[in-house]
Amino acid sequence: MSLLNNLIIGVSLGSIYAIIALGYTMVYGIAKMLNFAHGDVIMVGAFVSFFAAGSFGLPPVVGLLLAMAVCTLLGITIERLAYKPLRQAPSLAVLITAIGVSYLLQNGAQILWGAATKTFTPILEGQLSLAGGQITVTYVAILAVVCCLVVMVCLTLFTGKTKLGKAMRACSEDKGAAQLMGINVDSTISMTFAIGSALAALAGVLMCSAYPVLSPTTGALSGIRAFTAAVFGGIGSIPGAFLGGILLGIIETFAKAYISTSLSDAVVFGVLIVVLLVKPAGLLGKYVPEKV
Amino acid sequence: MEPMLKVSDLNVYYGAIHAVKGVSFEVLPGEIVTLIGANGAGKTTILNTVAGLLHPASGTVEFEDKSLVNVSAHRIVNQGLALVPEGRRVFLQMTVEENLEMGAYTRPKEEAGYSLEKVFYQFPRLKERRSQVAGTLSGGEQQMLAMGRALMSSPRLMMLDEPSMGLAPILVDQIFGIIKNLHLGGTTILLVEQNARMALSVADRGYVLETGRLVSTGTGAELLEDESVKKAYLGG
Repeated sequence: MSLLNNLIIGVSLGSIYAIIALGYTMVYGIAKMLNFAHGDVIMVGAFVSFFAAGSFGLPPVVGLLLAMAVCTLLGITIERLAYKPLRQAPSLAVLITAIGVSYLLQNGAQILWGAATKTFTPILEGQLSLAGGQITVTYVAILAVVCCLVVMVCLTLFTGKTKLGKAMRACSEDKGAAQLMGINVDSTISMTFAIGSALAALAGVLMCSAYPVLSPTTGALSGIRAFTAAVFGGIGSIPGAFLGGILLGIIETFAKAYISTSLSDAVVFGVLIVVLLVKPAGLLGKYVPEKV
Repeated sequence: MEPMLKVSDLNVYYGAIHAVKGVSFEVLPGEIVTLIGANGAGKTTILNTVAGLLHPASGTVEFEDKSLVNVSAHRIVNQGLALVPEGRRVFLQMTVEENLEMGAYTRPKEEAGYSLEKVFYQFPRLKERRSQVAGTLSGGEQQMLAMGRALMSSPRLMMLDEPSMGLAPILVDQIFGIIKNLHLGGTTILLVEQNARMALSVADRGYVLETGRLVSTGTGAELLEDESVKKAYLGG
């Protein structure tokens, strides 16, 4: 039964990684850049929700929506101020800027909210017991999986069926040709950052509800793990981010349970190295027609 | 007659390279005009500048009396001017129909639907392959798709950059047949080609470019008979 329990924990953790990885992969698909500040947007989202519930007593759902709204604006602002001026710059300059933005957010959060770890109040409490108490599933774990599935379905429909979503795919393939069609590439990139950052806020709240500690560096490591998930699944691919996220969550949980807690990250990154050696484009990186 | 497109004293740089040097030309409504010249003569640079993908250092570009200089590329298609870019640049991972939809991105849905019917009438092949991903099309079909996609915006002026590039002779004939058809249908055409003989034979007028400068101009027939053009571009 512990195997099943671990699998459940792994899938729910993986769902959170997948939601974060979707933000990484969409931004990469459109802007062809690795937004290393993405993980810190998660942290900002969690803090907004923390203060909305803790200091203002707002209901958790309102806190979540507020966090998503704040992060959407934050994402658009970061893109406008930090990345847009570098549209023609070498990718290394953009990468270094992204790392700079990441430090700015972390240290900004430290100044504003202090370095001390805070205890996050989960947006959902309680758990479900099955099979006479042998299997337990927290409501937050269920919520994470449901959110991830809903996000996946919505994004797939958005990129596959809507005019804006198709324009996004066109931009991701060829920005010049997209402009010739009359597509405003700048606003498409903005929109992508907005969607990715809103998802980051959602993931931040879910993450802190499942593991209720919050500090200015909370987002950094899960951001890196989710980035790994995106590369694992094939960066630029939406189904790839989903698959990579879920697999990574399962591998991490199993490594913690059956190998060693302190070695779990080594196992995760080791698997990444092996996958990239065998399939350099990631699991779904090459043959997926729906790159975004 | 008032020119539809008027380019005056255009200078374009790629970094330090002076790619287009003081080029002036015009296209009258209803004409087929061609720019010919060797690789690197600046033909593609001129078209990309007119379409707004590049910005000139100096000079003017006017389309139907409105200046296009410093207008963003994505606002130009709405003015009635479409570019079929060099190398086709269709969206390879999108279906034929999605590619065509993108061509009508700035237009209301009903108009786009009407254009789609017209494009499918003009290119029955595209209709057969409407739900196929563009990456699976042959080169000729991709060129048709690129042209169909540009037609989706119902342009009054269509610019074509090397439509015959990399195609078998029979397909080249087919593509030029389509260009003539479009012209008969009332679309004004600005054509850039390395296949000078083919281009001059369909063109009303032509301009010859050499390393960024205009060196010669005349009607298509005149240029076909011009000794220096013959020598340089028509294989003696």
